[in-house]
Amino acid sequence: MGEKRKVKLATAWLSGCSGCHMSFLDQDERLIELAEKIQLVYSPLMDAKIFPDDVDVTLVEGAVGNEEDADLLRNIRARTRILVSLGDCAVTGNIPGLRNALEKSVQSVLERAYMENVDNKPQIPSEDLPKLLENARPLHEFVEVDFYVPGCPPSADLINYILTEILAGRRPNMEGKCKYG
Amino acid sequence: MVRSPRPSEHEITIAPVTRIEGHAKVTIRLDREGSVKDARFQVIDFRGFEKFCEGRPFYEMPSITSRICGICPVSHLLASVKACDDILAVTIPQTAVLLRRLMHMGQIIQSHALSFFYLSSPDILLGMDAEPAKRNIFYMMEKYPQIARDGIKLRKFGQEIIESLSGRRIHSSEWVVPGGVSSPLKREKAEAIQRDLPEALRIVSETLSNFKERLEILDEEIESFGNFPTYYLGMVTQNGEIEHYDGPLRIVDPNGSVVEDNIDPKDYAKYIGEAVEPWTYMKVPYLKLVGYPDGIYRVGPLPRLNVSSRCGTPLADAELKEYRKFGRNGIVQSTFMYHYARLIEILFCIEKVDEILKDPATHSDHVQAKASANRMEGIGVAEAPRGTLIHHYRISREGLITWANLIIATEHNNLAYNKAIAQVAKKYIRRGRLDEGLLNRIEAVIRALDPCLSCATHEVGRMPLQVKLVDDEGHILDQISR
Repeated sequence: MGEKRKVKLATAWLSGCSGCHMSFLDQDERLIELAEKIQLVYSPLMDAKIFPDDVDVTLVEGAVGNEEDADLLRNIRARTRILVSLGDCAVTGNIPGLRNALEKSVQSVLERAYMENVDNKPQIPSEDLPKLLENARPLHEFVEVDFYVPGCPPSADLINYILTEILAGRRPNMEGKCKYG
Repeated sequence: MVRSPRPSEHEITIAPVTRIEGHAKVTIRLDREGSVKDARFQVIDFRGFEKFCEGRPFYEMPSITSRICGICPVSHLLASVKACDDILAVTIPQTAVLLRRLMHMGQIIQSHALSFFYLSSPDILLGMDAEPAKRNIFYMMEKYPQIARDGIKLRKFGQEIIESLSGRRIHSSEWVVPGGVSSPLKREKAEAIQRDLPEALRIVSETLSNFKERLEILDEEIESFGNFPTYYLGMVTQNGEIEHYDGPLRIVDPNGSVVEDNIDPKDYAKYIGEAVEPWTYMKVPYLKLVGYPDGIYRVGPLPRLNVSSRCGTPLADAELKEYRKFGRNGIVQSTFMYHYARLIEILFCIEKVDEILKDPATHSDHVQAKASANRMEGIGVAEAPRGTLIHHYRISREGLITWANLIIATEHNNLAYNKAIAQVAKKYIRRGRLDEGLLNRIEAVIRALDPCLSCATHEVGRMPLQVKLVDDEGHILDQISR
């Protein structure tokens, strides 16, 4: 037998701040060990433009905030064995979800930014841009999620633990290991 | 309705743009002859912080707005607490100023290391035409293990400074508070940072000398990557040295003459206007003294070096002298040189870390001034890794936010993005012919400016490359995909 097949890992970033991706990078030198076991097949950290077929694990950061987020997430679900909801925005909607409490939420955030707080060509952008959803919502309201990893962001240690367990074919035991915020 | 299509324009879309910090796509329009007509840098997400913060207590703002960005959360924390300090109307203790500065040095080091090593080094070391599958940090670990390891260590050094002060690396809002910071720096943490300094210094010095050696073979990129005159904006000290935490703003013109100096950051709105274009969620700031859309200016590491008289630390000043040879009148204008400027800033920040740690005032226990709201409005400005960052709040008598305006570093550069992309496209697209190297060059010029689109959207991977054939009323007549 040749070398053991590397696990195909993807990461995706929906409506969020990228703090979860930064926490992923905060694994520091452990990334080098990780690189021996995984093949990164799709991520903002690399140049693949199309979400590939047949991915083993995908970490998804951010809430579902616009139509493209929803499309990408469904696409990810259809092509991924284990989908991890990474961080508070993905798990609860969190910060992007703060707009949900506003009356006419999308209209009011757009008006403030693009009509009121500008002095030149006030208008709401809409040309060739994904439409914002009325509410920014967590992943599991759109697709089935296999693991939930709260935290804003989840710590690098926690991300490393989860990946180590999944790569070893075990189910991570999240009890007492994470908290919101 | 039947129309007779007249193929008059080609449109090329690159989506998503990758190895950048956020969500964007690029559309290039070609004329009938296949020459580039214009380029659009489209930011495709938006979150709405300026509105949904309303009604929150002002002292929650640092915690909420640091979530604008996980890459430069400290810069947001600082701009935000400075706006809150302004609302409190207090002078914060000198120790708190030093500790906030120290944290910000950690922020700039880690963010610049991310940009240079994790996102751009494959372009610089493997070349713009390298195989797409190899252009990432994981391949760098195989091919250039020492460089990849150095990049990881340097970013870690910055993150550990932040963690030493606040107990966490990302979103440290329990530590940075209005009026100061919540706890002093522990002696053993200071010693640990001090111990790691020589290694950080070694890494940046070696990286700088390797980068300088490569400049000769990168001359095509230097020549064509967003190489054009613009205005430049940045913060300086009272002595005109480079500054990231607090000081007046300076604007220099494309020839290097100072046109506005000693600008109180609280007067930002006198100088900077904001416009909107229908095809992007990123607003388009411009200089009011020139008007829209000609008031194009740049912010960030290269502009900071352009507006400063000197760095103010010995090693960085020696590098600055060499760097300025690449410009005229002290102004370096090629966007590619942002990479060089970023490395000089890392060096500067490392020297500053040492300086701050050696200052006895850093080690006092007096770190917070306590007060409640004394003003109804506050403005906080800091230099984030990517450039000038402005937070502006108004509150009610109860201390609740009634209005907020944010201008983010990446937004200031919006006009420059479009111009830089068009310049690269014009050089490399001939008669509508596309190749992989061209696409990567367009993305690489974006990477050089290091957009932080989490920030710009205060608010990735979508479509494959598409070439669209569009008639003059915008109807798609034909399209192909990679």
